[in-house]
This record gives sequence, C-alpha cells and structure tokens, in this order.
Amino acid sequence: MSQKRVLTPDDVRRATTRMAHEIIERNQGLDGVVLVGIQTGGVWLADALGSEIARIEAAIPVGSIDASLYRDDIGLRPVSPAAVSDIDFDVDGSTIVLVDDVLFTGRTVRAALDAVGDYGRPRSVQLAVMVDRGHRELPIRPDFVGKNLPTSSDEDVAVTADGVVIS
Amino acid sequence: MSRSLLSIDELGTDGVLRILELADTMAEVNRRPNPKVPALRGKTVCSVFFEDSTRTRLSFETAAKRLSADTMTFAVSQSSLNKGESLRDTIETIAAMGVDAFVIRHRSAGAPWQVDDWTNAAVVNAGDGWHAHPTQGLLDAYTVRTALDRTGGFDGVRIAVVGDVKHSRVARSTTAAFSALGADVTWVAPRTLLPPVVHHHAVDDLDAVIGPDGDGVDVLYMLRMQRERMTEALVPNLREYTARFGLTPERAARLAPNTLIMHPGPINRGVEIAVDPAELPGAVITQQVANGIAVRMAVLFDCLAKGDDPTSDLERPELP
Repeated sequence: MSQKRVLTPDDVRRATTRMAHEIIERNQGLDGVVLVGIQTGGVWLADALGSEIARIEAAIPVGSIDASLYRDDIGLRPVSPAAVSDIDFDVDGSTIVLVDDVLFTGRTVRAALDAVGDYGRPRSVQLAVMVDRGHRELPIRPDFVGKNLPTSSDEDVAVTADGVVIS
Repeated sequence: MSRSLLSIDELGTDGVLRILELADTMAEVNRRPNPKVPALRGKTVCSVFFEDSTRTRLSFETAAKRLSADTMTFAVSQSSLNKGESLRDTIETIAAMGVDAFVIRHRSAGAPWQVDDWTNAAVVNAGDGWHAHPTQGLLDAYTVRTALDRTGGFDGVRIAVVGDVKHSRVARSTTAAFSALGADVTWVAPRTLLPPVVHHHAVDDLDAVIGPDGDGVDVLYMLRMQRERMTEALVPNLREYTARFGLTPERAARLAPNTLIMHPGPINRGVEIAVDPAELPGAVITQQVANGIAVRMAVLFDCLAKGDDPTSDLERPELP
C-alpha cells in the first residue's frame, strides 16, 4: 500500500498554533471557553491546542469525551468505548470547542454533540479538526481547520503530532 | 448468534478484562447527573427469574434502562408455566416477541445453557442453582480492582472467601473471576460446607488466614450463611459458626484497616458479619451494589452491541 505524507511535523505544529490563535480570536478571548477532545484521535490535539492557548493567552480547561455509546452504528459494526470520558468542569453556559483529528462523515461529531449535551447545556459548541477530508454524510461543518484534504473515501488518513499520512 | 455470558470460565481472562474496562466507562455514565446513554435504543432485555431475587433483577433492569434498552419482566409466578408450559415453549414464545437478550435465573444448574441453545437472543446467566453467577463475580472483581487500584491484574492479592462455599454459586463465580486476574484465593469453610472436590486452596481456620497481626489477607469475602441449610445439620449451630467463621468484633479489631471486606448480600447480621459493616473502614459492600449496575451495563452492552446481524428471533422475510 502506498503512503503519502501530506503534512510534516512542523506543518502540524504550525497549524496547531494558528488554530489556537483562531479560537481565541473567534471567541474574543477565552471567557467560558473549554476544549473537549473526542476519544481517541482528538485527545492529543486538544492537549496540544490547550498548551498553545495557555502559552499565547491563558490556561483553559481541557477534557475528553468518548462518544461510542452515542454512535448510530452500534450493532452494525463492533463499537467499543476506548477510554473514560473526562469532563470535570461545568458545561452549562460554556463555549465548548470539540476537537478531533480527522473530520470525515461527521457521524462521530454528531455522537459527540449528543454526548456533550448530556453533561449540560453549553452556550455554543464549535468544532476544530486537524484534517477535513470531505465526504460528509451529515450537515456538520468545522469552525477551525488545520488542513482541507481532498481524499477518496477508501483512503486512510492518519493524523499525529508527527504529521499527516494518507495510505 | 449473539454473544452470551454464561460463566466466567467461558468468558475467559481476556473477556473479564474487557468487561471490567467497559465498566469504567459505564461507571462514568452513572456518576453524571443524567445517568443515561442511548447505546441500546431499540433493544429489548427480558428478565426471567425462576428464583426469588430483588437486588439482582433490579440491578439488571436499572442497567438496561441506563443504556436505553426496553425491559420486560417475565413473572414466573403469574405465568403459563403454572398451566404446564415447558421452559422451552416459554422461552420461544417470549423470543418471538422480539427479545434481544434474556437475563435468566433458574434453580437448576445449566438452565441458561439450554436457553442459549433454544434462542438466538443473547443469554445472561443471573444465577443457576449452585453453579454460577458470573455478573456477581465480575462486579466483585471490579470492586477489588477499583478499591485497590489494580487495573493491571490481581497478582499477589490475597483473597479469602469465607463460609458456605458448597452451596454458593457466588463463591464459584467470584473465585473464578479473582483467579482469572491472578489473585491468590483461599476458601475458608468447615469441611461440611466445602464441595466434595476442592480445586482451590481450602482451610478451616479463619484466624490462621487472617494472621496474628491481621495482615494475612488483602480481601475478606464473607459469604451469606444460608439459614435454610441449617436443617441439614452441616454446622452445629449458628453461634458456633459465627465464633469460628464469622467476622466478629475481635477479628474486625485485629484486621489491618486497609483489608477490604466484601459480602454479596443480603447480610445475615450477627451470623457471618457480627459487627456493623458501616464501622469497618475497609467495607466495600455498598460499592459492590453500585458497581453491580456499571458491570451489568458493561455485560449487556458487550452482549448486544457487537457488529452482527439483528439478534431477535423474529423471522425476517426475504425481500424480493
């Protein structure tokens, strides 16, 4: 199988920094803003964005959510929670930035929206992803994007701090 | 075929670990203000209890509801079984209503295996005779795992299971679960209350197991003394049983304070536990009950959420 590196580690680092700035700018500061990484791929990116935001402006809460129990394909394919959700801040009235590594069909984000809603009623929810690879099946769009990446739907996109690889 | 949970042995060590990890996720759901997730929407779980049980049935029903499954209860006493309907016909009739999982308790060992043969629905054994009660074993293992923070396994954890091992499906399943994770399990019972063939380390001296300094075990698992067995003269009298095998105030005072005290409930106060459990620093008996819901959520999810064909027994017509 052929592999193609489309972002280098430096590209990912720079995109993270830019997205951190955009999150602060869009929200005119950080009042009530929290980051929630979607298990598992979004967690490292939420942590990285959290570090960048803390460096640029101020530390904000960073949590994680496992949306497996909210998926719409339970029973259609093996679905298994990967980690325990960690939301130890008040969701009511907050501005939640959901963070994931790759945005594809949008179904994971849909599940994560439902999951977050069970912790409270956020004032608003935004979406940050490192890679938007298209092929949406639901009316969901990202607010902050590291890289728009046209793919075919049978390709695999791997995103880590070490770069982005399509195979 | 769907996945069933019939015994710890069939689940295996990997399966035990899988359920316990899943139970962490379910426990987090239970800690939320709104402890409910949509994971098993559209699935139906039917409890069929041929033996009295309040806590286990409630625990399973709560677990199913927190996963958004629909629940049905088959009340044996009001059923056509009293008109002579066989267990098999009963199960097949309920299955035809579109049940995805049966939670079954039966006085005969092996009954859940038979039911599992008769239906494509998942079957969860909620206790069969003296044989097995796997979800109790799993919730006990989960309780030790969280209380002692032993996510990696129970290597070196010393556990004494004390009391009427012979008649106890709890003793068998909980021992199997502890052993699967590598714990060192000792049965402590009078010879008359041990099974005829003992595969485990078994002794009849609780004080020797606890040790003079009270640090001989990490977990003391007290079984319920089944008073109905007294008619069989297996122990001389309850007072002597308590003196030799009960958690008396003297033994409680001697125990190292971090020793976990467990009991499957319901407790015979003054018999196997002759002190107020609330005054025992290491008692995790209420945690066992709370953990039971998370573990049963994990079991139901594990049985019903796998990627496979619909699990109901309803005939599905071929579409042209």
